[in-house]
Amino acid sequence: MSGGPKLNVRVAEVVKVNDLITRFRFVARDGGLLPAFSGGAHTVVEMDDNGTRRLNPYSLMSDPEDRTGYEISVRRDDAGRGGSLYMHRHVRPGMDMVLSHPVNLFPLDNRARKHLFIAGGIGITPFLAMTRQLARFGGRFELHYATRNPALCAYGDSLKAAHGDRVHLYFDEQGDTLPLADLLSRQPLGTHLYCCGPKGMLNWVRSAAATAGWATHAVHFEEFTAPATGAPFAVTLERSGKTLTVGSTQSLLEAMEAAGVDAPYLCRGGACGQCETDVVRCDGRIDHRDHWLTPEDMATNTKIMPCVSRFEGRTLVIDR
Amino acid sequence: MSLDVEYAFDEFFRDETFVDDFTYRNSPAAIRRFPFPFDRDDYMYSVNMEPHVPGRKGSVFEKTFDVDEHYVSEMRDRARILAKDPLRCQSLPHMTLAGWDLLELIMESKAREYPQWFSLTKNGDRWRWINRPLGIDHSFTFLDETTLPCGPMEYITRQTQGDFTLQDEREGTLWVDAGMVTTQADWSLDFDIGMNFHEWHAPVPLAHEKGIFDRALKFLLKLQHGAPVRRFNWTMTVNPLLDTAPETYPEWGYMRTTLNQENMGHMMHLRVELQALFRLPRSNAIAFSIRAYLGKFEELVTVPKWGRRLHRVVRDIHPDLAAYKGFLRNRDAMAEWLSSYDDGAPTSPGWWPED
Repeated sequence: MSGGPKLNVRVAEVVKVNDLITRFRFVARDGGLLPAFSGGAHTVVEMDDNGTRRLNPYSLMSDPEDRTGYEISVRRDDAGRGGSLYMHRHVRPGMDMVLSHPVNLFPLDNRARKHLFIAGGIGITPFLAMTRQLARFGGRFELHYATRNPALCAYGDSLKAAHGDRVHLYFDEQGDTLPLADLLSRQPLGTHLYCCGPKGMLNWVRSAAATAGWATHAVHFEEFTAPATGAPFAVTLERSGKTLTVGSTQSLLEAMEAAGVDAPYLCRGGACGQCETDVVRCDGRIDHRDHWLTPEDMATNTKIMPCVSRFEGRTLVIDR
Repeated sequence: MSLDVEYAFDEFFRDETFVDDFTYRNSPAAIRRFPFPFDRDDYMYSVNMEPHVPGRKGSVFEKTFDVDEHYVSEMRDRARILAKDPLRCQSLPHMTLAGWDLLELIMESKAREYPQWFSLTKNGDRWRWINRPLGIDHSFTFLDETTLPCGPMEYITRQTQGDFTLQDEREGTLWVDAGMVTTQADWSLDFDIGMNFHEWHAPVPLAHEKGIFDRALKFLLKLQHGAPVRRFNWTMTVNPLLDTAPETYPEWGYMRTTLNQENMGHMMHLRVELQALFRLPRSNAIAFSIRAYLGKFEELVTVPKWGRRLHRVVRDIHPDLAAYKGFLRNRDAMAEWLSSYDDGAPTSPGWWPED
């Protein structure tokens, strides 16, 4: 079964947080409790955008023990494929929506003696839930959060109020730089590092941690990739006996779903591996955009992750 | 601190033993609902996972955690084993939250599915738990260990049939970092604790070559909250010993040498494990329940289809599997005893007795 079990919810609140970010709160439609979750988990939000079915993953940011509702924050992406614009423009309190059960691809390592969190921009959302979960159980943590300016520093004040000097804020436009090398050099043994933010920040933290000699098992990244736009391409689904065109703002997975093909998925962000599909024939170049396939799989064009990856060339036939 | 229990045996819950005089039996109704694991006349490994959703009424699949006529006696046997060997229950420090997740899952399931025996009332984090068959009426604070007589995993698994392990997920694999194991088919929690998925499965023959564990791990890492799965495993056990642990091998291993055609029917048991896997919400850990059902050969052959099929499976099984499951030395004698219940007639597909 693709996608797994669902939660039927109703939008309870829509709150504009700043110029770019809006927060949504969902409650169970039957008035009951939602499942507790673990800090770092996301949910996949199903949207019916004027006939186009969109399924976008968002980190859960509310208190994991608050089973009366889930909260997400969505950053408006004017150049994106339309999911965030739909959330900002069309989702209103009282609307019925469907969420996936929480899935965690960015979990806390509960063995850590200390958790060091590094967030950039909207990458703050998983840490809102993680810091709440740790505060409840007395876990030791430190959060370093960089944004452009105070006006865009969503939840900075409430984080400071809740966790005091365990929270450090940096504003790029004021010339504050997150002192990464220094931070990484003075952590106690048993510290785990977690980073969520724009791609440039992930790469910066990844290379700084390697330079500082951090073990890979102690360094964690939120690897989501929003499916990018690209040129339309044709694909043949061998088992289903269908040939489709994937539109420029559509993912291959979405094109299959729109054609009524039940393809497996979980994260829809190239991280979980659930949608991995064998390539039967490839005359052209697969644009691999996932974090799942091995470099060998990518180089040989024998597999594709339809949730994020695209194709350029003459023929693509996949086993679906 | 221990758990205060008053065992309430009645016309349903049997007073029986799994050691010494071995008074364990299945009632005729329990035989009919026995989870006979062979859906065809031969057997080879497969991952054989299916969604753990409510199954046929009256079957062992009907409820999330099956409670049957052996419940009270099994819990008494678990307490006996833990008193002798406390290391059968271990939880590494980072697994306490997973223990609370398991406690919540079991209490909510049992209170919903067996209201005549279990009740759970919540007032915020103050919970009151009533377990009538074990005489427990206890109020505690959810997520506060100091309000329980022992850790949350130990507390709830002293009240739940079957073994449990809790797997932490890290570094792309699963780590068995907690468990309650007193009804095991010759494996040791104390030996395996802290191992990862491929390490603890290393002794299993044939399956590695078939890539079964790579595929099974990939499947499990994608296990989602709200969508538990189950599978069967099986072996053979001489005498109704729930506890066949390596630690106590000297107490039970020799029993395999005492079988003959006269005692085979009541001493040899088909041991079926109903294994279920649940993704836990707060800890992101995976709970693995291993529920053992024991059926005497003489009980199983009262179902003609099962008598025929059990004979064919035992007779034809790969010798490496018979050796791994510990019955190679008795295999021919078992097949001989079972042969008188196999008239060669065809059997219907599936495991249900009446089909």
